[in-house]
Amino acid sequence: MTKRPSFAIYGILAAFVLGSAFPFYWSFLVASRDNSVLTGDFTLIPGGNFFSNAARVFDTVPFWKALGNSFLVSGTVTFSVVLLSTLAGFAFAKLRFRGRGVLFLFVVATLAVPTQLGIIPLYMAMAEFGWAGELEAVIVPNLVTAFGVFWMRQYLLDAIPDELVEAARMDGCSLWRAFWHVALPAARPAAAMLGVFTFMQSWNDFLWPLVVLNADNPTLQVALEKLQSGYYVDYSLVLAGTTLATVPVLIVFLVLGRQIVAGVMQGAVKG
Amino acid sequence: MTATLSKVDRGRVQETRPRPPRRYRLSNLDTKVSPYLFVAPFFVLFGAIGLFPLLYTAYVSLFDWEVGADEPLFIGLENYRTLFEDDQFWNALFNTFSIFLLSSAPQIVVAVVIAALLNANLRARTGWRMGVLLPYVASLVALTIIFGNLFGPQYGLVNDVLGLVGIDPIDWQASTFGSHVAIASMVNWRWTGYNALIILAAMQAIPRDVYEAALVDGASALRRFFSITLPMLKPTLIFVVVTSTIGGLQIFTEPKLFEPSGGSGGGTEHQYQTVVLYLYQSAFQGLDLGYASAIAWVLFMVVIAVAALNFFLTRRAVR
Repeated sequence: MTKRPSFAIYGILAAFVLGSAFPFYWSFLVASRDNSVLTGDFTLIPGGNFFSNAARVFDTVPFWKALGNSFLVSGTVTFSVVLLSTLAGFAFAKLRFRGRGVLFLFVVATLAVPTQLGIIPLYMAMAEFGWAGELEAVIVPNLVTAFGVFWMRQYLLDAIPDELVEAARMDGCSLWRAFWHVALPAARPAAAMLGVFTFMQSWNDFLWPLVVLNADNPTLQVALEKLQSGYYVDYSLVLAGTTLATVPVLIVFLVLGRQIVAGVMQGAVKG
Repeated sequence: MTATLSKVDRGRVQETRPRPPRRYRLSNLDTKVSPYLFVAPFFVLFGAIGLFPLLYTAYVSLFDWEVGADEPLFIGLENYRTLFEDDQFWNALFNTFSIFLLSSAPQIVVAVVIAALLNANLRARTGWRMGVLLPYVASLVALTIIFGNLFGPQYGLVNDVLGLVGIDPIDWQASTFGSHVAIASMVNWRWTGYNALIILAAMQAIPRDVYEAALVDGASALRRFFSITLPMLKPTLIFVVVTSTIGGLQIFTEPKLFEPSGGSGGGTEHQYQTVVLYLYQSAFQGLDLGYASAIAWVLFMVVIAVAALNFFLTRRAVR
């Protein structure tokens, strides 16, 4: 089992990874030229027009505002999901109370429920509250997820010894302080992963933001859609937009990739 | 045992330093009530923003409910009757399943192969794993726009490459099968690496000694893969299939944005219009909220049926 694998294995994997990366590069490639070259000969060498195309993106859609909005929305949603999931997950994992089993079964049962299909009443509610077009409309409906509670509960079950909670209680800690001083520090690794996944999911969310937000106050995904939906498609412009929108995600991936990989693989075992 | 121990402890503490009764009552109240306060934010919010809208969808589906109408008209199951006679709905359902099949089947085969390769004793292990996961972090919107360009009928790279090997250009947007293949390839590109990592995690959980015993018995590598690895992966493969079914049934972004300037999306002849896209168009372009709610509710039932099937197939015990 300690034998090093052959070159063929590296070759196949390298081809797969290159294929995975290629669309990103292609996007940059088209964005770096002007439209007249697009119809010409195929080449993998970027042209020199990326910055002028990027400047046209900034003129066409409120890119920086969209970027800020996306950070604000995803940041708020992530903070809320992680905090409330850890709180509930801690209670389900380590505290005894009547109805715990039934309530947790409810959480598990709702894991597969496609809440996305409730957008019509949500849309009516947002119109009623006067939130249509406002960021509240994309933040509030995403403040909790059943998956978050499930994930934190599964992690905290093993991560905190029961004795530790007992000991904190003996020392006169209220449950709130036990949560703050015992559960939160212990939950940090799982909370970080939940945070990364929630952030990415919120960042990429499209259907609901498209319904409630407009072109003046979009998230990044909605702004990209506006960029593409013109009657004439200028690909070096549109793909400059997708390239710009992809850069922040790629930076996050380069920094946190190791944790994201671990998170996906752990989720497979725990989920 | 710990419970009895701590009771003794508590007794000892109170002997030496008796607590004021009020504080004791408070702490008792804390034990009883706090757990509910901890889980309450989740349940209240989830009820308000998750479950209630879903249930209210069923209510709205019983009305002739136009956007901005003063008084929605109760029409009972009329929306459902129309829906089941609506060719566009059946077409959308067909497209959704067709795209799903084209994406899930090849995807799982390739994911198992990639997982098996990643399970070898590689140098720079984490690097390779990050490499295959790269598409997963891409924004779906950006990805769809890029693939729309690659699959462009006139100057698209895919047709250029096909031309090199002598295949005539395919109109990936106009043909039903072509557009389904193109959209399925986006789904595959995005999710194959992710599923490979999930399968890899399951492969690593298979006990070593099973393989060693097979090795002693002289089983070939291929034989070990088909007789040990694949059967042991079954629960994970079912999990992967079910999660991708639930996601696949709700596919929206890809058909919405596949064709640039494609109007409302889904193709000129609805050749790649999916159920959620039809829902979106009925509600926010047709402004018929009642009808769109009926679509949503039918799809909801289908998803729940699939999830329930999963539950009975796997019955993974919840600790």
